[in-house]
Amino acid sequence: MRLILLQNISRRYQMGAETVHALRDVSLEIQRGEYVAIMGPSGSGKSTLMNLIGCLDTPSAGHYGLNGVSISDMDDNQLAEIRNREIGFVFQTFNLLARSNALHNVELPLIYAGIPAEERRHLALEALAQVGLTDRIHHKPNELSGGQRQRVAVARALVNKPSLLLADEPTGNLDSRTGAEIMALFDDLSRKGNTIIVVTHEEDIAKHARRIIRLRDGLIASDEQKVEGQESSVEGKTSPALDPRLSTLDRP
Amino acid sequence: MKFVAEINESLGISWNALRANKMRSVLATLGIVIGIVTVTLMGAAINGLNQAFIRNVSALGADVFYVSRFKWFNNTYEDWVSMRKRPKITLAESDALARQLTLADAVAPTADNEDSVKYKNRSASSVDVVGTTEAYLQTSGVDVAQGRFLTAADARGGQPTCVIGNDVATNLFRADPPLGERIKIEDQSFLVVGVLEKQGTMFGYSLDNRVVIPLRQYIGLVERNPGIDIQVKVGDLAHLDEAREELRQVMRRIRHLRPNQPDNFSINQQDEIVKWFHNQTATIAVIGLFVTSLALFVGGIGIMNIMFVSVVERTREIGVRKAIGAKRRNILLQFLIESAGVCLMGGLIGLGIAWVISLAVSKWLFPATLSVTIVTLSLLVSLLTGVISGFLPAWRAARMDPVEALRSE
Ligand SMILES: Nc1ncnc2c1ncn2[C@@H]1O[C@H](COP(=O)(O)OP(=O)(O)O)[C@@H](O)[C@H]1O
Ligand SMILES: [Mg+2]
Repeated sequence: MRLILLQNISRRYQMGAETVHALRDVSLEIQRGEYVAIMGPSGSGKSTLMNLIGCLDTPSAGHYGLNGVSISDMDDNQLAEIRNREIGFVFQTFNLLARSNALHNVELPLIYAGIPAEERRHLALEALAQVGLTDRIHHKPNELSGGQRQRVAVARALVNKPSLLLADEPTGNLDSRTGAEIMALFDDLSRKGNTIIVVTHEEDIAKHARRIIRLRDGLIASDEQKVEGQESSVEGKTSPALDPRLSTLDRP
Repeated sequence: MKFVAEINESLGISWNALRANKMRSVLATLGIVIGIVTVTLMGAAINGLNQAFIRNVSALGADVFYVSRFKWFNNTYEDWVSMRKRPKITLAESDALARQLTLADAVAPTADNEDSVKYKNRSASSVDVVGTTEAYLQTSGVDVAQGRFLTAADARGGQPTCVIGNDVATNLFRADPPLGERIKIEDQSFLVVGVLEKQGTMFGYSLDNRVVIPLRQYIGLVERNPGIDIQVKVGDLAHLDEAREELRQVMRRIRHLRPNQPDNFSINQQDEIVKWFHNQTATIAVIGLFVTSLALFVGGIGIMNIMFVSVVERTREIGVRKAIGAKRRNILLQFLIESAGVCLMGGLIGLGIAWVISLAVSKWLFPATLSVTIVTLSLLVSLLTGVISGFLPAWRAARMDPVEALRSE
């Protein structure tokens, strides 16, 4: 079942007289339940793509459909509502509210969703249990380790039961062991049926996903589906010819 | 439900923000504090003065005319010079008025002067000695607490009697019962026949530090040739204007004034004091409101400034909140509540300071009371200042682009 449909999406930034083409005519489809890594060198448009998919930003041209709903021409408030309901964000820098404890940080999306206090607490505790932080709910971010903070952030992203989990360099600020733990958590969430998109520039991290999309200069350079049964041996690139679902979309 | 949770969240945020920036918040509220202190103190002063005034002025009676040589209010220097040339009012004129007036209930000639009063070996200086007649009981509105007031026989000049005010009773007699005792004024002894009910103060002067004696004894003893004020009580408030006109015409006839001659006496009334008083309080109010609005304006600018700083500092937080679903109005509300909260805090500090000052003022200067209205009004004004001055910063925060906000350091 299709979750994301990007058709001829462009995103341009005006820098004085110069126009920066962060994304050029990108088309992409992602199904419900997929586990996708977006890779590419710095400045290739990964974050721009994430922001568009996450409804934080709207394209300069093209059409975006999420869950069958057209996003491209929604206004600010409608986008906020979509983000609240459909999307869970995990950031490189965690982005927790420093003065609030873990529980309150996780409750936050539910507050904006207008969920009553009791149910809110219940759902937040459930999400914190899912990331294994039941014993840390009253800790403030500065009383938690980096890995624990990112777990709180994941719990916050999950608490609204969104259609899509978006993570932009989620392990970028963690040591490799803690990073691996977070990725194990994502793997687990993926097995439970969550749709996950992870932006990363580390092959080790991307390896966890079952589909790797590579960007270069605002274009999709390659889009590889990991072949079932080959998981352990796949290292880097799969030849495009091996995957019938591969689509390197270059449109005229 | 949803709104309550939102407000709750905003309150929590602003509380945290305030706590994290205690010093800055307190400094930012300084203007608000000054504004609220001014407006509350002004209100308290006007309030207190009004209450005291109404209490005081009611002692004068709305239905009493005071015929005297001088006009009480609105006098220029020239007025004073010309009024000094008027003849003094005499006891004979008062008696003539009493006989001829038809619309008056009581006519009491009065004269008063400060003198010392002795009882046994004790002495009280600067007591207000009032010379009058039995009619004073009606015209002045005093009440007798013990014994009786002067009688017509006393006033005509029987044996020297007196009625003493509450302060005199406590200061001179202390624990002794004063009735039947004798006090001395200028070596003349007076039998105490009554003690007046406590009256309080009028514009800072005690109305209880006085001794009332028959006017016939007063003349010659306290003053040789006193100027007399005549108190004329009108029975019917509805006919106040007619009564005043009758009084004026009768007085002119007694003084043989020709039609082209101006009055050479003045008829004063409580409402002149009321008017004069309202002028004074209006002046206080105008000055107070000016200072208040100035302070609130400056305070509001300060709050706006600090809210802009707060918005910039929390750009990242705004981005996060937007990313997880906060709408513009959520962010707007958050900062408006924070701004209103800071101002409310300023208002509360201001009220606290004003409360202490008003206690001190009531103790040493004049009565000042904080009413519920003033407190509510000040808090509303602080809230409003917060909302107004917080609006631009909050609006800027609400309109931030989430991507930009998240990228900020
Ligand atoms: N707000 C912006 N204004 C101008 N240029 C931008 C902005 N955001 C991104 N860009 C440009 O768009 C391109 C893609 O950026 P980004 O998506 O952040 O890349 P990545 O995340 O892959 O490093 C870069 O050249 C970047 O400089
Ligand atoms: Mg990036």
